[in-house]
Amino acid sequence: METRYDFGGDEYIFVDFDIEMSLEVNFRILSICQEIERQRIEGVIEVCPANTSYLVHYKPEQIEPQRLVRHLRELEHKAEHIQSLSSRLVDIPVLYDDPWSKECAKRFGDRHQDPSVTNLEFLMRINGYSNKEEFIAAHSGTPYWISMIGFVPGTAWGFQMVSRERSIQAPKYVRPRTDTPERTVSHGGVFMAIYPVRGPGGYQLMGMTPVPIYDPTGGLVDLRERYILALAGDRWKLRPIDMDEFESIRAEVEAGTYRYKTVDQEFKPADYFRDPERYLERLQVEAERC
Amino acid sequence: MLKIIDGGLQTTVQDAGRFGWYHIGMPPAGAMDQFSFRAGNLLVGNPEDAAALEITFAGPVIQTTEDAVIVVTGAELPVRVNDTPVPQWVARHVHKGDRIFCGQVNRGVRAYICIAGGIQIPPLLGSRSTYLLARFGGVEGRKLQADDLLPVGPQRPEAEASVGRKLDPRLIPKLEREAELRIIMGLCSYRLKEESVAEFLASKWQVSTEADRVGYRLRGPIFKFKDREPPFGAGSDPSNVVDIGYPVGSIQVPGGQEAILLMRDAVTGGGYATIGTVIQCDLDLVAQAEPGSKVRFRAIDIDEALRARNEYQTRLARIAESLSLFDQAGLLGQ
Repeated sequence: METRYDFGGDEYIFVDFDIEMSLEVNFRILSICQEIERQRIEGVIEVCPANTSYLVHYKPEQIEPQRLVRHLRELEHKAEHIQSLSSRLVDIPVLYDDPWSKECAKRFGDRHQDPSVTNLEFLMRINGYSNKEEFIAAHSGTPYWISMIGFVPGTAWGFQMVSRERSIQAPKYVRPRTDTPERTVSHGGVFMAIYPVRGPGGYQLMGMTPVPIYDPTGGLVDLRERYILALAGDRWKLRPIDMDEFESIRAEVEAGTYRYKTVDQEFKPADYFRDPERYLERLQVEAERC
Repeated sequence: MLKIIDGGLQTTVQDAGRFGWYHIGMPPAGAMDQFSFRAGNLLVGNPEDAAALEITFAGPVIQTTEDAVIVVTGAELPVRVNDTPVPQWVARHVHKGDRIFCGQVNRGVRAYICIAGGIQIPPLLGSRSTYLLARFGGVEGRKLQADDLLPVGPQRPEAEASVGRKLDPRLIPKLEREAELRIIMGLCSYRLKEESVAEFLASKWQVSTEADRVGYRLRGPIFKFKDREPPFGAGSDPSNVVDIGYPVGSIQVPGGQEAILLMRDAVTGGGYATIGTVIQCDLDLVAQAEPGSKVRFRAIDIDEALRARNEYQTRLARIAESLSLFDQAGLLGQ
């Protein structure tokens, strides 16, 4: 598909690369967005990478819109071959099948495809798994590439780094819920997302993480600067935990002593595509050594 | 200081907005009707972007703890200082201990109380604006309530000069029951059938009661989508796309059942097809559009959008200019 450049009113440019999700396209978008940021173009307020598109917010008083489009087109061609992206591996503890998301699913059962089972059991069945442990292992085994951030502060779209055939898919609720607990781990379409704040939503509810991914209070040192955990290009590795560990991490969060387990790594798309599984394994081993 | 006696329905601290953080999912927030907000600041001698109070539908009761200069702009509503009704769009003195009563809005939705010196609560990420959905900025990220105390900055000498002065009424925005919004079509409008795009532009849209700082739901004809095989990752509904960023002012069409126009507390992205973006200056008109009122859309191109933007800024500049003329007249009179 040819890249489309479109004006979003008088202050935004929408650049759309593809209509279907792929890591190839997302890597390219992140690389272009990093380059735009690096260039500090006068008049550009910021650039917002998304899954297969990006958005530029600019001031037309400072840069002529058509000129900015021409500049972005040039960048597109320069970014054909990405050598490497900076990418953190982030540990996300998850209590799967937790009582709060089950309660929430029950409360909004009338809006769901099959309220007779939990959302997790529903996804397990439609994705062809017969055993809960096996399904949780598949959902948490391979990291999720954070391909987009947005909706509300801290919401991160995680695309699991597996082949299309192994990609877990989920329909959204028939009608969206008006409420979802904060920190619920969910799945919708091909994406995993965690709810940063309590609010409406339509993704299927899988579990709950004890760690905040948005903190406006400044309670946790790691979130003090940006208020959110996610960076585009992160890899989030979900780690199943039990209720005891959930509670002990909660206590650390409440006390303000919790530190996120993150490791900065260079991510090489070419090496990844050559042998995704082996490359991710190598990065995982490297990270554990840190 | 300003002391809140009664918060009213939804009164928040807002300024020009918080920019540069859309990429973390943080919308700009800020005054919904930027023109009335900025004009209000000019009327009390402030920089255009000083923080002020945004009133929604029914106003607060506030008390000043020292002498001050204030003005109320935006939506039409009764305003009293103690027992005296006072006009809007005219700056006036208030004295220590005075109570300012704002009633129910008669016309429009949002009014602004600007005070010389501006509201000086600590800024977060460069702005004092309140973003209610994620409890960010403003006063603890929430609407104001009784007993809140808001610090006020030092007033500039210009504040005195414009007290009691009336603006040329042509510079004051009109509050209409039907607004024309200029829009640049595009984004994911390729998902719609051509006749559906034409129908969108030809129809009058009714503002529903689900209309707030995040977005306005508009009722009108049902949208018709082109047939397709859902692309990988998009979702099965014809209105679904692989999740994209949503510009402030963009219109999305979930399920084709309604149009949602995103405002300054926008959700910054999601998986519904967007079909165009209303230009920034016309969002002021939306901010004052009451439930039940009508809006129409007129498609324009980027050049016309830039001209509209320029005219808007010229109107604000004329307010600033006319106030500085008062200033000079005052000096000449001495």
